[in-house]
Amino acid sequence: MQLPNPETLLADITAKIAEKINPNSALVGIHSGGVWLMRRVLETLKADIPFGTLDAALYRDDYAARGLKTNLKPSDIAFDVTDKHIILIDDIFYTGRTTRAAMNELFDYGRPASITLVVLINRGGAQLPITPNITGAEILLQADQNLQLSQDTKGKLHLEIEQNNA
Amino acid sequence: MHNPQLDANGELKHLLTIEGLPKRILNQILDTAETFVGVAERDIKKVPLLRGKTVCNIFFENSTRTRTTFEIAAKRLSADVINLNVGTSSQSKGETILDTVDNLIAMHADMFVVRHAQSGAAHFIAQHVPDNISVINAGDGRHAHPTQGLLDVFTVRRYKPDMHNLRVALVGDVLHSRVARSEIHALTTLGVPEVRVIAPKTLLPADVEKLGVQVFHDMKNGLKDVDVVMMLRLQNERMTGALLPSAQEYFKTFGLTQEMLNHAKPDAIVMHPGPMNRGVEIDSSVADGSQSVILPQVTYGIAVRMAVMAILGGGQSAGGIS
Repeated sequence: MQLPNPETLLADITAKIAEKINPNSALVGIHSGGVWLMRRVLETLKADIPFGTLDAALYRDDYAARGLKTNLKPSDIAFDVTDKHIILIDDIFYTGRTTRAAMNELFDYGRPASITLVVLINRGGAQLPITPNITGAEILLQADQNLQLSQDTKGKLHLEIEQNNA
Repeated sequence: MHNPQLDANGELKHLLTIEGLPKRILNQILDTAETFVGVAERDIKKVPLLRGKTVCNIFFENSTRTRTTFEIAAKRLSADVINLNVGTSSQSKGETILDTVDNLIAMHADMFVVRHAQSGAAHFIAQHVPDNISVINAGDGRHAHPTQGLLDVFTVRRYKPDMHNLRVALVGDVLHSRVARSEIHALTTLGVPEVRVIAPKTLLPADVEKLGVQVFHDMKNGLKDVDVVMMLRLQNERMTGALLPSAQEYFKTFGLTQEMLNHAKPDAIVMHPGPMNRGVEIDSSVADGSQSVILPQVTYGIAVRMAVMAILGGGQSAGGIS
């Protein structure tokens, strides 16, 4: 399958985010891919926007079955979430469960005025009534396929599909 | 040999002692604790991980501080917490440890935090409980107090991240301290090249060198150029016989004053597991001084205990997710 260039998609979602930004906006990236994207968006926008990072692992619904992942990253939201228009950024949108967990965590920081979900790719397969507001591309994948965003040492983004054998 | 703390996949199942824990697990606990430091700084200091789980603090020996920090840690993970001071309850009526534990299992407890004056008590309970229950040792006799050792190492790592270039001195009653052993194991496992113990001969175990430490009997030489000074409490309640002339005499020789501390590196940190005997092992001006990280230790203790419980409490199918 020919995958789109993630750098092009990033430029695309950055332009759409720029239209949404208002004085009360804040960016929040979900670890790890969403944080890379958020940093790139901030570089491009060159605006003074509060930002933070989330690792929603402590709010996931599969903890009882699968335990805590080992490479946990601390969430870091130093601004006051209350009354902010949060632009929540993730790389791949799949079941919607990560978004659910991230929203629950955000609400433990405060009461945002709104949350806008931005994703680089929606791969289909939502299991919850959650849909991204801004999407770079929609690529429908099978359940046994795993779409992975990576960042090389120069900060360039790459997409690849792996086959899950499990 | 099978390590009773690890499951068949090598993941943490119980936390009984730092001895024998691989570096991978120690780092997993410390890295996870970093996440929980952030949780404590939020308005809502609670995450839902252990919602619906019941944590039982079974304290056969009193320790208000340790029990309180475990209780706060469990509550911040949304667990329900039951505190049992067994010394004052059924055991005084003649119930055995295992009867007490069986009763709590019948009440569907999910995790036991155990404190006992006898070495090995937590091991004993861990061997007895069914598969779905985890046991955390909160101090057993002179043997181990792993979460205290972990929180101390976590504190060291936060202030002195380059652990491969550290000189750490433990000062005081190593003989009676369960913390000292835990700490020495954790520090050496994580790569600290030089761990010293400074104590009078009467307060050192006979085979202390076997733990991989350098032994000093005077403060001046022992503290020279160290990065971290870990004070140990004089364990008055565990002292039998005349190991020490007097508290005043001890303070003169082994008490940490600013003058003594000046032999360490200028940016050395001072730690103490509490409760402190001010004027016996540590001077008030040092305990409250700018190099002291004694209160941050308490704060980090909650994050480390949350990390241990969070790692133990999840994952019915084996292994962490990546």
